[in-house]
Amino acid sequence: MAIVVVERKKLSFWERTYLPQIAGGLWITLKNLFRKKVTLEYPEQRPALPARYRGAPTLVKDPDGREKCVSCQLCEFVCPPKAIRVSPGAIAEGSPYSHIEKAPAKFEINMARCIFCGLCQEACPESAIVLQKEFSVNGFDRKSFIRGKADLYEKGGVLPDNVMKWRKASLNAEKSKGGR
Amino acid sequence: MSDLVNINIDGKPCAVPAGLNVIEAAKLAGVEIPHFCYHPNLQVAGSCRLCLVSIGTPARDRATGEPVLNPDGTQKIAFMPMLAISCGTKVSEGMHVVTNSPQVKAAREGVLEFLLLNHPLDCPICDKAGECKLQEYSENFGRGRSRYVEEKNAKPKKVPVAGGRIMLDAERCVLCSRCIRFCREIIGRDIFGFIRRGSKNEISVYGDDGGDSNYIMNVVDGCPVGALTEAAFRFKMRPWFMRVVNCVAPESSAGVNTNVWVRENTIYRITPRANPFVNDSWTSDSSRYEYKIVNSDLRLRRMRVDGAPCEPGYALSRAVDVLKSDPRIAVVASARQPLEEQFLLAEFASMAGAKVYAVSHLGEDDGFLVSADRTPNMRGLFVSGLIKEYPKPDLSDLAAEIRMGNIKTVLCLCEDATSLGLEEKDFKLANFVYCGVNDSLTARLAKVALAISSNFEHAGLFINRQFRLQKFDKAVCAPKGVLDFSAIAVKFINAFGASLAENPDIGQLRMRISEMCPILPKGCETGEGGVVIDSSAFASIKFPETKSLHFLDNE
Ligand code: SF4
Ligand code: SF4
Ligand code: SF4
Ligand code: FES
Repeated sequence: MAIVVVERKKLSFWERTYLPQIAGGLWITLKNLFRKKVTLEYPEQRPALPARYRGAPTLVKDPDGREKCVSCQLCEFVCPPKAIRVSPGAIAEGSPYSHIEKAPAKFEINMARCIFCGLCQEACPESAIVLQKEFSVNGFDRKSFIRGKADLYEKGGVLPDNVMKWRKASLNAEKSKGGR
Repeated sequence: MSDLVNINIDGKPCAVPAGLNVIEAAKLAGVEIPHFCYHPNLQVAGSCRLCLVSIGTPARDRATGEPVLNPDGTQKIAFMPMLAISCGTKVSEGMHVVTNSPQVKAAREGVLEFLLLNHPLDCPICDKAGECKLQEYSENFGRGRSRYVEEKNAKPKKVPVAGGRIMLDAERCVLCSRCIRFCREIIGRDIFGFIRRGSKNEISVYGDDGGDSNYIMNVVDGCPVGALTEAAFRFKMRPWFMRVVNCVAPESSAGVNTNVWVRENTIYRITPRANPFVNDSWTSDSSRYEYKIVNSDLRLRRMRVDGAPCEPGYALSRAVDVLKSDPRIAVVASARQPLEEQFLLAEFASMAGAKVYAVSHLGEDDGFLVSADRTPNMRGLFVSGLIKEYPKPDLSDLAAEIRMGNIKTVLCLCEDATSLGLEEKDFKLANFVYCGVNDSLTARLAKVALAISSNFEHAGLFINRQFRLQKFDKAVCAPKGVLDFSAIAVKFINAFGASLAENPDIGQLRMRISEMCPILPKGCETGEGGVVIDSSAFASIKFPETKSLHFLDNE
């Protein structure tokens, strides 16, 4: 590599005294003393997060308390860092939801891998996985970052939407008579 | 079939073999015509109407028979006023096919819209999703939106068929009748049928649900949608996660081509791979579950010396000691090993001056794809020069020799000698080195037992009943501590004075054996469908296979 000698600009008299620069800096500090504070005393103070904030992914239930995930494994496929691992299983005969046939036997998200990209939520055909507001995920060992199905449902709660995709037509008619 | 006809597809001229239908001709020309009911190995039904295209032939004057010309001097093409099904139309000289006109597009959209009227749209829970033709065609050729607001028809779901081996979901069926035709034409009796009419038309199963058939699972691969799915594969893994490995079924000498579906070193299923010279598009149900050996409890997983588990290195050196301990040595070759390993064994046998024994495993020839010889590579034993005549079904000859004191050391491959005429006391008279995939009494009695990889864990070559050389790839890695027999054989050969490269790679092995054996193609290159090798040298041998699919018929 050739060496390029850069010519230094000659400083003027005022520049050499540094006084205008110091005065300018002090002026900015002075102005900000009277502005509203933007920093927070985290963790005592918590930020107000916008409605569509993308925090940790969770699994959600529908208003009937049914687990929405049908273990289609699309989130597992789309997840860029391969944080999700779904083991599909069958819904037992006799369950009121046995016509849905499929539900995850195991569902794991490795939060040490998750990059909060939200692609899982976007790919899910059932709106079963939702990124919520938890942004500070920590633990003492790697194992504690792997969240199981029960944990994910506990963090997820209920998604208040009225799309009852899997509700049987007969049941739908009944419910709408009762005026939901 | 070799005659070519000139046709024109979407304005592109091309020459295709005469006798093809328009779907196949278009496929050769790189144009996809969507279809449900057409299957290359079944009769044409022409019932789904998804393959409609516009077809025209060169016009001739009806009265004179003279060609009708356009103003510019080219021959006029007379297009049929209505669309025609491309599965039921054979190509002819000068034929013009249009697959991208608005009329064709509208026809496809119409057909797909009707098929989706009563479809449950449950792709997230359907095992076929990812390899479903209805999904692909709806995406590529459908309207994209439903206009249907009425209530959908409900049809039977989760119906176990074939003794519970298949799950039927009639709501997903596109009424293509492939399953009906497969059972009628290939199995030879009616198992599926349509009932009701109009939009209530549905696929149903007769009283005889094919539970006793060894070929019924082929309807699962044949079904273009998720109406018929495999119960053993139900909710196990989605197709897009799996890698497809080209293999050859080790079930019998038929040499059925298979696809082995693997994710993260686990095999999830085996499906047939089409080969028009061997198995068309089919395979037996029994060959689909052979991968269970990989994780079976019967597996020999650790090397053993005198019955005690030990490290591979120690077991190998003890095996060499045993083999060199006495020159009265015999090897028991296996028709389940790939050709490369058989050649190495033959080399070992000649260097050690060993007598060679083998065993035949016979069953009933089902006249289709499970042949009488239940080993995949009996022909390989002949080609590698290990044996000269068709072996007996047991090892009584070897037992007699051991008892007479003529054999003191035996290298036994895969065969469970104790169930083939040898007794426990014979293992005291001679020292056994056993190399096998399965644990057995022989493995426990042998001085040294070496765990070797199964045919899913290495690549190799089989020679099937037609003397067709076919290669298969490695599907999964062998468990820790289990070695390829080729690596072990090289150690043994080197112990007897040769200097072969350790852990040989498969390309080198194949090149070497093709140099040793002139009837094999150079480097054992087999191409896609395998190559038939010259079998005139083995014409006098009496093989047990009888006439069945693509075997002994004048192809
Ligand atoms: S948010 Fe992104 S990285 Fe995290 S689990 Fe979902 S897809 Fe994977
Ligand atoms: S969370 Fe959604 S995308 Fe993931 S397996 Fe469940 S249903 Fe499928
Ligand atoms: S079950 Fe499958 S193969 Fe049989 S008619 Fe229906 S779609 Fe076709
Ligand atoms: S494929 Fe031609 S009509 Fe079905």
